Amino acid sequence: MLSANAHVVFRRVAARIGVTTILRDVNLTVRAGESVGLFGSNGAGKTTLLRVIATLLRPSAGEAQVLGTDLGSSDRFSIRSRIGLIGHSPALYPELSLAANLEFSARIAGAPLAAANDALETVGLGQARDRLAGEASHGMQRRVEFARELMLQPELLLLDEPHSALDPSAVELVEHIVAGVLDRGGAVVLVSHDVDRVAPMVTRTAELTGGTVR
Amino acid sequence: MSNRFWPQAFAIARRDLDRERRSGEVAWVTIPFGAVALLLVPLAVGINQDVLSRIGTGMLFVVVMLFGVLTAVRQTNIETPAQRDAIALLGVDPVAEFAGRSMATALLLLAFQVVMGAVTVALYGLDLAGWEWMVVVMPLTAIGLAELGTLSGSIAASTNAGPALVPLLVTPLAIPLLLGSTQTVESITRDGVNLSWLVLMAIVVLVLAIVGVVTARPLQETR
Repeated sequence: MLSANAHVVFRRVAARIGVTTILRDVNLTVRAGESVGLFGSNGAGKTTLLRVIATLLRPSAGEAQVLGTDLGSSDRFSIRSRIGLIGHSPALYPELSLAANLEFSARIAGAPLAAANDALETVGLGQARDRLAGEASHGMQRRVEFARELMLQPELLLLDEPHSALDPSAVELVEHIVAGVLDRGGAVVLVSHDVDRVAPMVTRTAELTGGTVR
Repeated sequence: MSNRFWPQAFAIARRDLDRERRSGEVAWVTIPFGAVALLLVPLAVGINQDVLSRIGTGMLFVVVMLFGVLTAVRQTNIETPAQRDAIALLGVDPVAEFAGRSMATALLLLAFQVVMGAVTVALYGLDLAGWEWMVVVMPLTAIGLAELGTLSGSIAASTNAGPALVPLLVTPLAIPLLLGSTQTVESITRDGVNLSWLVLMAIVVLVLAIVGVVTARPLQETR
């Protein structure tokens, strides 16, 4: 029986993509109020680990529990809306405006549209709300994704290379969002290859090497 | 069915229609090419009014099927893996996603059929007797093709087979719709109303809806 108090509990978890084993024997516990930084070089399995935690990839072995739910059970779908993930590839629809992208997320999640507008203002994109996502810079697109997490207020926030393409003011924004999640009793997992930039935002760190957390 | 089902389905349909409005793929690519395809046949077989009026309805639905498959494929393969992950984490009901995508594609295919129908009447000099049944035939064709395209797109995404698989899945399964649509109109102009072909189409649409609903969750799970 894994701990019910932690947001993430992994015991000897392995994960495969196709026939390639990316993660092996991963042991990781992330408690409420914790912000854990996972560092590792390219190909270490950082993004795969985040996808497993986000329930988007099933573990191939081991015991895994996220937000009190066993990832081997079909119940894992019910916790998805409580998890936020910002990957390093923007997930916006290029043909829609920045505001329309955020409003779409609000409609699906059942959040009020006013919250989408407020979040867009908070991330400094109020003036650019009608710009098409396909014509916005990578940094602006990432700001919209941060706005989405501000609006949805996930209990578990997963950030993949959070500083990628961000200017200094946006870095402060990331710190603000991370602090907000922790204040609400949530947890954050950040993966990065840049220890120095992420260190101020985490309460502890671990290294991911060869698909294993050390 | 959750109380978020219909809001989520309508949000997805609205997103897909907004994306089409901005990109204009159906309006500015598929419809003109469909019209050109209908124009090429009279040029190929010669301007013989008897021949053209005999083959007109069949040509209309052949073009609708071929370009409809393209539209359905396009509509169901325009998401990146990052976009799929993001929508999954918004807590979308996979059945609502199937319904929303099918609604948007069906509306686009219906618009496509209406334009192609007008082009066919103009080019082939068709007798419009019995065409009031198009009010039933065209929506059934559009819904069936849209369900088929959405389902095939989900299968392709879950198996990582890529978009090449979709036409192979859609085209054979679209044959009952092609037969149903052409034979309904033909039988009406020939012998009066014969509902058996319409019933066949309705059954195909219903079966596809059931398969889409039942497989939505497992297909999302294997993505």
